[in-house]
Amino acid sequence: MNYFPDEVIEHVFDFVASHKDRNSISLVCKSWHKIERFSRKNVFIGNCYAINPERLIGRFPCLKSLTLKGKPHFADFNLVPHEWGGFVLPWIEALARSRVGLEELRLKRMVVTDESLELLSRSFANFKSLVLVSCEGFTTDGLASIAANCRQLRELDLQENEIDDHRGQWLNCFPDSCTTLISLNFACLKGETNVAALERLVARSPNLKSLKLNRAVPLDALARLMTCAPQLVDLGVGSYENEPDPESFVKLMTAIEKCISLRSLSGFLEVAPLCLPAFYPICQNLISLNLSYAAEIQGNHLIKLIQLCKRLQRLWILDSIGDKGLAVVAATCKELQELRVFPSDVHGEEDNNAAVTEVGLVAISAGCPKLHSILYFCKQMTNAALIAVAKNCPNFIRFRLCILEPHKPDHITSQSLDEGFGAIVQACKGLRRLSVSGLLTDQVFLYIGMYAEQLEMLSIAFAGDTDKGMLYVLNGCKKMRKLEIRDSPFGNAALLADVGRYETMRSLWMSSCEVTLGGCKRLAQNSPRLNVEIINENENNRMEQNEEDEREKVDKLYLYRTMVGTRKDAPPYVRIL
Amino acid sequence: MITELEMGKGESELELGLGLSLGGGTAAKIGKSGGGGAWGERGRLLTAKDFPSVGSKRAADSASHAGASPPRSSSQVVGWPPIGSHRMNSLVNNQATKSAREEEEAGKKIVKDDEPKDVTKKVNGKVPVGFIKVNMDGVAIGRKVDLSAHSSYENLSQTLEDMFFRTNPGTIGLTSQFTKPLRLLDGSSEFVLTYEDKEGDWMLVGDVPWRMFITSVKRLRVMKTSEANGLAARNQEPNERQRKQPV
Repeated sequence: MNYFPDEVIEHVFDFVASHKDRNSISLVCKSWHKIERFSRKNVFIGNCYAINPERLIGRFPCLKSLTLKGKPHFADFNLVPHEWGGFVLPWIEALARSRVGLEELRLKRMVVTDESLELLSRSFANFKSLVLVSCEGFTTDGLASIAANCRQLRELDLQENEIDDHRGQWLNCFPDSCTTLISLNFACLKGETNVAALERLVARSPNLKSLKLNRAVPLDALARLMTCAPQLVDLGVGSYENEPDPESFVKLMTAIEKCISLRSLSGFLEVAPLCLPAFYPICQNLISLNLSYAAEIQGNHLIKLIQLCKRLQRLWILDSIGDKGLAVVAATCKELQELRVFPSDVHGEEDNNAAVTEVGLVAISAGCPKLHSILYFCKQMTNAALIAVAKNCPNFIRFRLCILEPHKPDHITSQSLDEGFGAIVQACKGLRRLSVSGLLTDQVFLYIGMYAEQLEMLSIAFAGDTDKGMLYVLNGCKKMRKLEIRDSPFGNAALLADVGRYETMRSLWMSSCEVTLGGCKRLAQNSPRLNVEIINENENNRMEQNEEDEREKVDKLYLYRTMVGTRKDAPPYVRIL
Repeated sequence: MITELEMGKGESELELGLGLSLGGGTAAKIGKSGGGGAWGERGRLLTAKDFPSVGSKRAADSASHAGASPPRSSSQVVGWPPIGSHRMNSLVNNQATKSAREEEEAGKKIVKDDEPKDVTKKVNGKVPVGFIKVNMDGVAIGRKVDLSAHSSYENLSQTLEDMFFRTNPGTIGLTSQFTKPLRLLDGSSEFVLTYEDKEGDWMLVGDVPWRMFITSVKRLRVMKTSEANGLAARNQEPNERQRKQPV
């Protein structure tokens, strides 16, 4: 069948990078399947329980880079109990046993222990890159093993993990011979940092392009670090708290001026805003700015900074920027592609009239033609605004709007926001991810099912009236992969209407909805390739299973397709039907 | 001002003071001075009488959100707003620092020689207060509660009662056999609320001023009253306390 020798085909396959495409070519014929298998270097597993390590390694023995995701998305908001699962150790053990030449491991929402990190560090001689996002279960001792044993380490990127900081000397554990670091991010560490060790490390890492510091690295150290590393492209500033004396400020400014390659700035975890001018010289080069942890940069300081960032493509900010600040962004950042506005006051304690509203959102949509991705937290919204946004920006790929108060209607007309979101899905034909909020009826889901043809991920909270809502979505959005729903009145009728549908999706999450135990059982009965997990928080209920009431509502349902059946590591309160 | 003192207006027996010896502040009204360790002496455990009744608070909540089904403000719903816990904790730290700084600024303008300094405010500003873990005897799943979303023991007790003894019809509460709210703070129910402090000791909640409590609490446990005997008795000096092993 093949007109070319296998090696040639393999070479051609090298140019096929995306996971989706590689999956497709492996389906063409047996021969291609085989060639593809052995040449596959990067594997992405969106749900670690969909497959097991043995089968993965069996199919892709030559893999070099593995991405694994564990807990469902809502675990980020404390909706999934800590001991639920997502353990990486069995994966590392299996990879080590089979002597896979692992070079890169990227984990998201998984439980990582010091033991797994130690094993990882000792088992793969060519290991180069470790990226942990929203993981937990390990300490700085585990980091010390990685530092000490991974001789080829290029990247250690820790994003928003829960790490027990033993205040050890993990930075000291990088041997003097380690000069290969390209990326080091430890911003999420809460404890003290051995600044001297850090400076020595940076000084001997000429290839270091990305450095993100934690709170414990003070201003004067920052100046020294930047002087050692003028080649930096991506910088996360740690502590900026104490207002420096003029001499330190000048040193810092001089150091920063030399960093002409700097394109991305983040951190400012503790900030004295008067230090910001030190960064003005490089603002014109920035394409990414993340000030979402910098609550103290507000008002004029913020606006002055942003006015200089004319090439910005990505901006993460707090809502204290206000509509006025967003107007400045709209006027200045014409290249803007992604905007995230996070709330600065989650408890509603402050009567914050300066926070963003629908006005800011409309301004951004009008001023930034390249905008395709938005996450926007606000206190109020209107249909008119959403309709205007849809008209201004039909190119949205990701649209996530979070109105802080559940069920809040259009604050001018008091109507539901169905029409507003309807306009968004109708105009944005390429929309792949959507989060809805505010007062919404079944109607919005009718629109979503009708228009959102490319939608892959949908997050619903406190929305809808009847099962019809969920049915519109399941019937309409053919490309849906992840559906997560909380506190909405969808029940068994919607859940059971098309059970086969779930095998075309990665997962479904439903919490505080109307589905019952009986409904879930019926769902699980005819679906061997689905794991239907009930997270049952009432221990007493477990013991009375003989008398269990099928009409009882299920608090949390998480179902996902899998090729390997029921998992064995579930804790007692997770019931897999 | 600490909320407990405000609540105590009209209650002649409630004379909670800041019996701290942290930083050498003067002893408060109540008798025994806190000569020794950090916790000194304090007033009696707050009782249910000190707080508005649970019923009326719920009524107030639902009245203010008439028409909307969840009668809660956005900060009291679990997992809402949808912000990652890492980010949430950072926000909380920032707010605590900011309000502590503001209070310091305000405090500097007031000159009162004999008023006990609330040293906890300075401490508060720098110590991260955020989500802490809560476990309850007999319940497998631990939860997390955001301390900064609460302003008093009553608030906290309310949230915990809702979390663990939720009685919405059709929903599986964590302990469905209890149909009425239990009072966790007054020692009258089957459960008491305890906490582990920074020194690793388990204490009854309610003994110290709220501000001091939130800076020293590491985690919470809703314990069966029968097991709680022997927990830091109130009239002992800290070094006489029994060190109870956390479970």
